[in-house]
Amino acid sequence: MTTLDVISPKRRSHGSVTLWAGLALVGLHIAIGLLTLVWTPYDPTGMSGGRLEAPSWLHWAGTDRLGRDFLTQIMVGSRIALIVGTGAVAIGAALGVTLGILAAFASKLLDDALAATLDILIAFPTLLIAMLVVAASDTANLASAIIAIGIALSAIVARLTRILVKRVLLMDFITAARTSGSSWPAIVFGHVLPNIWPTLSVNFALQFGLAVIAEASLSYLGLGAPPPNASWGRLLQEAQGTVYTAPIGAIAPGIALVSLVIGINLLADGLRDSIDPTRRAR
Amino acid sequence: MSLLSVQDVTFSYNASKRVLDGVSLTIEPGDSIGLVGESGSGKTTLLRLLLGLTRPSSGSITFNGTPLDPRSARFMRDYRRQVQVVFQDPYSSLDPRQAVLSIVSEPLRALRIPGDHRQMVSDALASVGLERNILGRYPHEFSGGQRQRIAIARAIVAGPSLLLADEAVSALDLSTRIRIVDLLKSLSEQMTLVFVSHDLGVVAALCQKIVILEKGRIVEAGATASILANPQHPYTQRLLSSVPRMPA
Repeated sequence: MTTLDVISPKRRSHGSVTLWAGLALVGLHIAIGLLTLVWTPYDPTGMSGGRLEAPSWLHWAGTDRLGRDFLTQIMVGSRIALIVGTGAVAIGAALGVTLGILAAFASKLLDDALAATLDILIAFPTLLIAMLVVAASDTANLASAIIAIGIALSAIVARLTRILVKRVLLMDFITAARTSGSSWPAIVFGHVLPNIWPTLSVNFALQFGLAVIAEASLSYLGLGAPPPNASWGRLLQEAQGTVYTAPIGAIAPGIALVSLVIGINLLADGLRDSIDPTRRAR
Repeated sequence: MSLLSVQDVTFSYNASKRVLDGVSLTIEPGDSIGLVGESGSGKTTLLRLLLGLTRPSSGSITFNGTPLDPRSARFMRDYRRQVQVVFQDPYSSLDPRQAVLSIVSEPLRALRIPGDHRQMVSDALASVGLERNILGRYPHEFSGGQRQRIAIARAIVAGPSLLLADEAVSALDLSTRIRIVDLLKSLSEQMTLVFVSHDLGVVAALCQKIVILEKGRIVEAGATASILANPQHPYTQRLLSSVPRMPA
């Protein structure tokens, strides 16, 4: 019997700083987003004080130029950002991963055609594609923004998926699975997707950040969430005229936006390390 | 009836060059055959044909008298159960994201073989000299030799009658190689073995018969002892003379 002089398997690390920092930041936004479903400090669309009031005990982040509580709007903005990020990434992932896998399995001619199409789509900035899709729809609303951003992100996801799948398909363990009798769907779900997931998940997090920023940009341009939805982009746009007299109106949505994007990226890094068995034992 | 029969098989990736040219080969139950040749001689291509991963450009391959038809799901299910393979590189032949239990039980799941899979995997691991308590561990936790044993356990867990080994020891260090050769030798007493290698020394230790491939053609075949003692073809003579020897 062979003695196993193996590397002793370490326990799954629960002490990953990045994982916990990401969880804290994203968890905070999720908690705030969920809280706004049942409670907000003030009515997000109604006047609750004077115009452009400075931060006070009554209004922690002050009020906007219509006298609405700014903190309330930032909180509602968290919910909108999470909905847009999740929805757009879900659409981008579903479309992109499916397209990427099909391209990787396709004949050379079809694969080349798909790869060229994806390259052309990626050459256009995400925001530009999203603007085109929104402009093509009749009205600017949250759903059209989510779909537009999702479609724009799918090209990036598809290209990455295609490259990753092609690399995995060359590995001996795929041939071993075939000679073991596994069907192609079983190989895709049992071997290919688990092996590309760590890289994809990090990419999805980056896409989530891009989606949140893209929605803020669309809303800033008036193509995203329409009023009275308190999107961070619209808050930034509204604060533009009063940035010197009431800078909190520009700073607060910016901080909220950055904290969510950083949180998602830290969470993705931490999750990748914890779900990847080869990293877990290092 | 022969277990596996290859009749006048040719294979080419393009019209200009044949990788295999008129290869005929018969494998009887209980044989241990070494397919020997340099890189590019076509031995791995022949192995892929035997595995049903590629179809020959012409010629036929039969298993127990039935033509090998990769398009027939029913035939291939039975064929996969009977014919299994061990690859060269133990570092890429095991899925790094699956634990040993999942890796070794894959043929049992894929071929829907009934029974207690956990027990069958434990038995297969024991038969290749590994402990039974490693089912939850991942490939990166093992040495190269141990990984190759896991790969061999996967190949034998479904109880195949023919084991194909593609350069199965060439990526291992010398002492590990000897142990894996011993393991394959003991397995060859229970099943038919086709061992693909460029290493005549390993083939001599492992196989009763030898087939020499050069540029896609079989140039010499027969009993290992007689061919190594009296090689007829110049290519076989060259291969023999190129075996490294300790300086006097």
